[in-house]
Amino acid sequence: MSDSQVDNGKRTWIIASSCAGVVGGAFAAVPFVSSFQPSERARAAGAAVEVDIGGIKPGEKLTVEWRGKPVWIVRRTPEQVAELPKVDALLADPTSARKPDELTPEYARNEGRSRKPEYLVVVGICTHLGCSPSDKFQAGPQPSLPDDWAGGFLCPCHGSTFDMAGRVYKNKPAPDNLEVPPHMYLSDTRLIIGEDKKA
Amino acid sequence: MAEFKVAPANAPMVEKLMTWVDNRFPATKLYKEHLSEYYAPKNFNFWYFFGSLAMLVLVIQIVTGIFLVMHYKPDAALAFASVEYIMRDVPGGWIIRYMHSTGASAFFIVVYMHMFRGLMYGSYRKPRELVWIFGCAIFLCLMAEAFMGYLLPWGQMSYWGAQVIVNLFAAVPFVGPDLALLIRGDYVVGDATLNRFFSFHVIAVPLVLLGLVAAHIIALHEVGSNNPDGVEIKAKKGADGHPLDGIPFHPYYTVHDIMGVSVFLMIFTAIIFFAPEFGGYFLEYNNFIPADPLKTPLHIAPVWYFTPYYSMLRAITSEMMYALIACVLGGAVLGVLKVRMPAALKAAVVAAALVVVALMLNIDAKFWGVVVMGGAVIILFFLPWLDHSLVKSIRYRPSWHKYVYAVFVVDFFVLGYLGVQPPSPIGERVSQVGTLYYFGFFLLMPWWSRLGEFKPVPDRVTFAAH
Repeated sequence: MSDSQVDNGKRTWIIASSCAGVVGGAFAAVPFVSSFQPSERARAAGAAVEVDIGGIKPGEKLTVEWRGKPVWIVRRTPEQVAELPKVDALLADPTSARKPDELTPEYARNEGRSRKPEYLVVVGICTHLGCSPSDKFQAGPQPSLPDDWAGGFLCPCHGSTFDMAGRVYKNKPAPDNLEVPPHMYLSDTRLIIGEDKKA
Repeated sequence: MAEFKVAPANAPMVEKLMTWVDNRFPATKLYKEHLSEYYAPKNFNFWYFFGSLAMLVLVIQIVTGIFLVMHYKPDAALAFASVEYIMRDVPGGWIIRYMHSTGASAFFIVVYMHMFRGLMYGSYRKPRELVWIFGCAIFLCLMAEAFMGYLLPWGQMSYWGAQVIVNLFAAVPFVGPDLALLIRGDYVVGDATLNRFFSFHVIAVPLVLLGLVAAHIIALHEVGSNNPDGVEIKAKKGADGHPLDGIPFHPYYTVHDIMGVSVFLMIFTAIIFFAPEFGGYFLEYNNFIPADPLKTPLHIAPVWYFTPYYSMLRAITSEMMYALIACVLGGAVLGVLKVRMPAALKAAVVAAALVVVALMLNIDAKFWGVVVMGGAVIILFFLPWLDHSLVKSIRYRPSWHKYVYAVFVVDFFVLGYLGVQPPSPIGERVSQVGTLYYFGFFLLMPWWSRLGEFKPVPDRVTFAAH
């Protein structure tokens, strides 16, 4: 090998054809990689959901499915609404200032993160790793929660806690508040999730 | 190309047949190289059973897996019921499924023991670095197999476990959410995810795994096995050119390993028959509830073999980030003050440390939790270059090294235990200390592994004939 002459012409062609092969291979990979993306059917499944909220009593929660995710509608009691400003100091983002475009629509950037103070509408998926937090509406000391617990949600996976407005407590694995989905009221008892523009 | 051989005219039929084959395929050559003339050290102990046991479990998993696929339906609407169908209606289905589910846990037990053996006897040291690296790649593949396989029964734990792990990828800055979307194939874990995990679990990863196992064994048989004394047996050869302390793998170690296999199968079958769920550790109770995308079980934990890493993930809170930042800065300062290197390199170390600290302050703790969890596995790949000990085997290392190893093992168990427990403030602190010890063990190894008084290593292996 070493004592034979290098044929530079041949070598150039070998390099050129290798490059062409690599480019061809890269193009051949395109359909395979793109097949990993959500299918057209999955994309189309994101329609808005209409809910009747007339039956929810104060302090109760209704869960509906929107785009395969749980959406919670919580009817807060007046005491729970009154409690919200008191925990501000313990929260990571009490004013919903972080990632407002993704997490909090403009009409929900308030203390209760809601259109109506009484009703909280949030996607029940923890912003940490996507578990669905559990209800811990009862205030007071209980397992996995601080003794001065004011009521809210506890994520069972990694212990993140959220207040009654879906706002995350400081120094928890979850980085952000729960997402408020686009929603609007069609009437006092009709709520539509997934749409917020007047048609 | 080997010379064409001709068997003598009066040779037996078998010899003629083998000559015919050997002229076309190196059957006899392979048999000799890997079995009858592969010389293994004669002083193998208990810990050397686990390599062949890992092969056995691999075969069990492949065979049972093939039969499970005949009845299983990878469809979000049918998967859960098809697993119950296997358990109740398919003749023998229950035992095949329990062999597969118990086999998954057995695989990790065997592989963890196998890796710990390597750690104790320095089996990853020169010239066996590639044996170790192929082994670590096998471990990664196994984790992928186990994780994706666990989604297939489509129970609550399958669903939410996959949800959590796929969301780990979403923590990567910039590309994360798109990457998670690409893995799931839908906006939440769903039918598309189940189908692709099925494909990866039954064909893609097993193919890679088999290739890596072949590479692992070819590399091992090239360099020869290490042994509990860490002595190179090839350094002392007899007149016949074979190592004095070596014995042919077949028949000596094949027979020896059959004993290991027998004991293993006794335990394995006992679990299959008497405790297939193993108290909720091998098959979690929540997984007997069909997946419900709207409701996370109150307590979710991965299967036991992932829990040490899961604990490390949970340990990284925004408070812990300050401790990690202190570690990075401390490491950079020590590096600059204590290690002799050119000034330019020192400046580069300081600059790199500052960049890392800036990133640590600006990116969520969630991302760093993922980095720590991944790093805990990836760091194993670097072990051959982290260990600067003068001798290979723990037998001839300073006695206090044994305590460092013992604490490491205890640490791994404690992290594993905390990973199955619900989050608690004390558990969080303990897992943070445990995480620091785990990484300290490896990252400080270049320093501590050469300290202390080493014992003289014998020329030949220590072996008492029995």
